[in-house]
Formats: sequence, structure tokens, C-alpha cells
Amino acid sequence: MDRPTTPIWIHRLAVATVLAVLALIGIGGLVTSKGAGMAVPDWPTTYGYNMFLFPISKWQGGIFYEHSHRLVASAVGLLTVILAVAIWMGDSRRWLRWFGIAAVLLVVTQGLLGGLRVTLYKDQIGIVHAALAQLFLCCVATIALVTSPWWHHYRFTPAQSRAAATLRPWFIFTTVAVFFQLLLGATMRHEHAGLAVPDFPLAYGRVWPATDKVALDKINESRIDQRDFKPITATHIYVHMAHRLGAIMVLALVASSWWMTRRNSDAPRFGRVWSNVWMGGVILQAVLGAATIWSNKAADIATLHVILGACLLGLGAAQCLALSRLASMFDHTVKSDDSRKVLKSSIESRVAAA
Amino acid sequence: MNLKRTLTATAALAAALQMVSAADIVGKITLKGTPPPEKDIQLDANCGKLHPDGNPKTKFFVTDGKGGLGDVFVYIKDGLTGKTFEVPAEAKVLDQKGCEYSPYVSGVQTKQKLAVHTSDPVLHNVHPTPAVAGNKESNMAQLPKSKDLEYSFENQEILLRFKCDVHPWMFAYVGVVSSPYYSVSEKDGTFKIANVPAGSYTVEAFHRKGGKVTQQVKVESGNATADFTIELKEEAK
Ligand SMILES: [Cu+2]
Repeated sequence: MDRPTTPIWIHRLAVATVLAVLALIGIGGLVTSKGAGMAVPDWPTTYGYNMFLFPISKWQGGIFYEHSHRLVASAVGLLTVILAVAIWMGDSRRWLRWFGIAAVLLVVTQGLLGGLRVTLYKDQIGIVHAALAQLFLCCVATIALVTSPWWHHYRFTPAQSRAAATLRPWFIFTTVAVFFQLLLGATMRHEHAGLAVPDFPLAYGRVWPATDKVALDKINESRIDQRDFKPITATHIYVHMAHRLGAIMVLALVASSWWMTRRNSDAPRFGRVWSNVWMGGVILQAVLGAATIWSNKAADIATLHVILGACLLGLGAAQCLALSRLASMFDHTVKSDDSRKVLKSSIESRVAAA
Repeated sequence: MNLKRTLTATAALAAALQMVSAADIVGKITLKGTPPPEKDIQLDANCGKLHPDGNPKTKFFVTDGKGGLGDVFVYIKDGLTGKTFEVPAEAKVLDQKGCEYSPYVSGVQTKQKLAVHTSDPVLHNVHPTPAVAGNKESNMAQLPKSKDLEYSFENQEILLRFKCDVHPWMFAYVGVVSSPYYSVSEKDGTFKIANVPAGSYTVEAFHRKGGKVTQQVKVESGNATADFTIELKEEAK
């Protein structure tokens, strides 16, 4: 039973890329939190310098965040290109080779969007830039997963496969919900309006905040911050409240997926472990979300919230992928005692094909 | 020689006559209500060095503590339709000092030059963020000792914000007005719009936090008075 494998160094390179992308998302989050997106007015140069030669003595104030972001982004771009080439040379899977190329295209697009954000003065591009960052993370996480020895060697039983087929819809639905929640979060962050609702769990001391003109005038008049945030509008408040409601929904969905996995005695071990981590992570994420409000959006807490959000999405995507693969390993349409035989031949044909 | 003197005299007389038909609009802005307390600005290390006596505070409500409200932008909003005004040749200057813009609130006429100067040993970027179509957003680096950056704006905008993204607390607000008839109130709330031709006008007083108030003002031979009250809503929450 020969199974195809990927050279381990390619997998390690992919894992390194995932970590680099997480770091990049973190620094990108800091750029937004610190309002430093425009601190370097030119792109791709930095204050007229070639970005790799920009003297460290000039990394002042907001420049530090924006310039580091650009440097780490370049490193991620380079890693992605190396990874794609490595896969092309060292992995026989055709789809994966093209997937590597797609990752390169995605990272290039992402870099261009970052540049356009700076040169076109458009805050909205920041939202797309943030959302694409999350998708790119899922993309490299997928590469890391499917190049792992685990992916190549883990053995499953038909019962586990059936369990995976049952669980899969829950995880897919939940992961999509997590992505929408991230979109809401990114929208909020890129409005540059600060905290649209400054208290939690209540909202302006009420269950649902007032958004009439008088209320908004009062809010904006009494808001004193050294950053000149845009005046809060009703839309800002709605998006903020939607993110809170979204959090409740995501919590409930992750908890359901976790509970379904726990209850299913055939669920594979990896499914249990991962969904435990997911459950713990999403609870921590909710606490970080509340802490973001209580700390008046302290940059470090808000950034941790962004990074953990990205991790949760990545983990969700990995679970969907692993469950889907496991579910499709066996043919579940055949029931009765004959199924043994069918399943067995199915294992062998699948394994041979993989 | 004689002729020249006569001409000069005539010109002076003409100017004087014009003066007769123009007067100042003066007044005082009063703040009603208690403004929220200002916050200390958290400077970074480089800018902190420029403030050895402690960090400055935010300047949302500049008051004299006796009801006067400063940094209110006052201008003639209506009543000048059809009139065009010569663009002043001299530039208005906006300085960057101690990682703060100075003046914080000021005015400039449309198409007039606005020179942004730096007196700081640290670098800034100068980033006007207009909201009115036709006024251009731009973002330029300004290194220490480099020459002034010059701006001019096509359309009226109350108030056009300048910011520095290196120092996210640095802002200036410039009222861009199509006439020369504008003023910024002093700390005690007083203001003066000088040499306004006789006529009747709508004058607006605009405060960044307190909003805007307008009133009709009739300018005849003497100075016209226009006092404004900016009223705060109750404390939020
Ligand atoms: Cu600056």
C-alpha cells in the first residue's frame, strides 16, 4: 500500500507560511488599530526610499507599523512563491500545483490592494484587503494540511467516514458564519469611527441603542478622543450591533458543531480534538471581543481579536476540508451487509487514487 | 510729481469712500452647557521630547471659562451670490510645531494658497482629507527643514481637515470660504469679520462639536453685531 507523500520540507515551508501570514494579519491589524494606514504616503516606495533600504531611524510613529507591514508582506509574498514552486516540483497532485499558483495570484492581488488603499485614499479597500487576508490564510492553511504526513497516512474506518458525512454540513455552515462575522468585524474596523457602542453587554445603557438624530448628536458631541474619529452614524451602530448578534450566533453554531461531534461515537479523533480547540477558541474570542470594548479598543487587544478570528476561520476551513475528504473516502449509499465489501474495495481504489 | 500726489490722494479718497460703505461684523460666541473634559494626548517618544512640560490636551472646546467659546469658524454663508472676490496674493500659513498643527482652526479663501510649514525636527505627512467634491485629497511626506507644501482648494468647505498619519493625534481644520468674509473666534469667544460691504447676510457660526448656528445680519454704516450661542445637548449616557 504505497501512499503518495509530499517531501516533509514542503509541509514545513507551508506551516512557516501560515505562521508568517498570521503575523502579517496581526501587523495589518495594528496598522488599522493605530490608524497608521496612511503614515507612509507613497507606495511601493517608502518616503521615496526603496522599501528595503528605508533607514530604521525613520520608522517613527505610525510609520513603524505601516512599514513593518509592507516588509512582512513582502516576505509572505516571497514565501508563497517559493511554496508554489516547491509544490510544482515536489508534489504530484495536479490540483494542488494549480492551487499553489492560485495562492501566488491571491497574494499578489492582496499586495496590490494594499498599495491601492494607500494611493487611492479609499477606506473601503481596507475592508476587501482584510477579507482577502482571511481567505489567503485559509488557502495556505489548506496547503499546509494537505501536504502533512498526517493527511497522507491517517487511516479511517467506514464508520468514521459516515460520521464525517453527518458532521460536515454543521462545520461548513458554521465556518461560513465565521467568515461573515469576520466581514462585519472588518467593516467596523475600517470605518475609522472608533467604538460605535462604547459599553458592553448593554449598548448606551440599553438593550438596543437609540439611533435617532438627537441621540447621535449627543453621542458625537460628548465624544472626546485624541484621534479624530468620524462622527458615529446609525449605520455604524447597526454594524456594531450586528457583530454582537453575529457573535452569539457563531458561539451557538460552534457549540452545536462541537456538541454533535462529541455526541457522535464514531467521530474521528482529530474531529474531537479540533472541535474542542475550536470551541475553546471561540469562547476566548468572545471574551476578547468584550475586552476590546472595555479597553476602549486598545490596539493590542483588538489586534489579538483579529488574529484569533483569523485562526478560528482557518481552523474551521481545515475541519471542513478534513471532514469532506473523510466523508468522500467511502460510498455511503450502500447499506446492509454487502457494504463491507463495497467499502473495502472503495478504500483500496481511493487509496490507490489518492 | 504733483500729478502723482493728486492721483495718490484720489486713490486714498476712493478707498476711504469704499470704507464708508463697508463695516465689520463683530460678536461673541457663548457656550451654553458644560463641555466634556479634554483628554491628555498620548505623544510618542519623538514628539514627547518636544513637550518637556507635559503632554498637550485635546482642543475640542477652547473656552475662557466665562462662557466664551474659541475656535468657532464664523463666515458669511449667504448674501454674496453673484459677487466674485479677488484671490489674496499672500498665502495663509499652517505650521507644524511640537507635533501639533498651528493654528488648530483657521480659514482660507478658495483658490488662495495655503502653505503648510514644518518647524519640527521630526517628519510628518500632510494629509488633507476633504469631503467636498472638487477639493483634492493628497498625502505628502514632509521631512524636517524641507520647504513648505502648498495647497489651494477650489470649493467652499467648512471645515476641511488636515491630518498627519505618522502622529494620529495631529489635526488642523481649515474653513475654505469663497469670500474673504470669515473669522475664527478667540478664546473669549469674540470674533470680527472685517470690511463687509453693506447688505444683509446670513452668518453662520460653526463649531466642530457643538454644531452650527446661523443668524441674519444687516450691515449698514456702522459695525454690525452678531452674537451666537452654541448650546450643548445634555451629557450622553
Ligand atoms: Cu506628524
